[in-house]
Amino acid sequence: MAQKTLAGKNLEVTDEGYLQDFNQWNEDIAREIAREEGIELGDEHFQVLNFLREKYQEGANLTIRKVGKSGITDIKGFYKLFPGGPLKKASKIAGIPKPTSCV
Amino acid sequence: MENQEKGKINKVSVICSKGNLEDVYAALVLANGAVMDGKEAKVFFTFFGLDAVIKKRMNKLQTATVGNPALRMPNGARMPKLLGMIPGIQKMVSNMMKKQMDELDVPPVDEFMDMITAGGGEVYACQLAVDMFKVGKEDLSEHVSGILTVGEFYEKAAGEGAQIIFT
Repeated sequence: MAQKTLAGKNLEVTDEGYLQDFNQWNEDIAREIAREEGIELGDEHFQVLNFLREKYQEGANLTIRKVGKSGITDIKGFYKLFPGGPLKKASKIAGIPKPTSCV
Repeated sequence: MENQEKGKINKVSVICSKGNLEDVYAALVLANGAVMDGKEAKVFFTFFGLDAVIKKRMNKLQTATVGNPALRMPNGARMPKLLGMIPGIQKMVSNMMKKQMDELDVPPVDEFMDMITAGGGEVYACQLAVDMFKVGKEDLSEHVSGILTVGEFYEKAAGEGAQIIFT
């Protein structure tokens, strides 16, 4: 466990930088985590982040395929939005736990 | 880059030599998992694994109900040997497997390859197998970006933190 200051808030994060409590998340925090990952967030990014947060709250097992079928973007687009590990990076920026799925 | 610093895996080349549903899926899961993690990934289909990149066959792969001692029925009991030989059983068992995989968001073979190539992974066919099975280029799925010899495969598989996996 670690502490991290993001967007002026002191937050509990995992060793890899995932938020411990997804309720503490806000868009400014997302922008700051994204910047650390080298990503500047736009509308489409936020649509994906909100989709992931929604699905996470529903208890769904998050996969790249689900994002590809979300209607927001396709899989290729998802890789472009969050290069080099889209599901992990998007989850981190969305303030939800590290994905555990194999697909 | 970060991976290189930690001495981690940066690149995965998977060789799939079998055409059973589960062997092909194992290769695709490994390759897709690498792509998802931002690693370079290549899958090379050879011998009976070639079925996975033949358009007409890729979505009709089956799991063996004969000679597969680990195969169990839904109640957990071993599949009786003779039952596995009955016509239609292998297809039925394979379809059940596919359905269960789909529930876990493991897509059909062609869609799985869409996912891998969308993330920058590459799919190749083996020259020797193509020659041996007399398969034409037009028979191969559009996911295949080339037909390679062993030497060419090794060239493509080379690199810092690169691993070759045979399934």
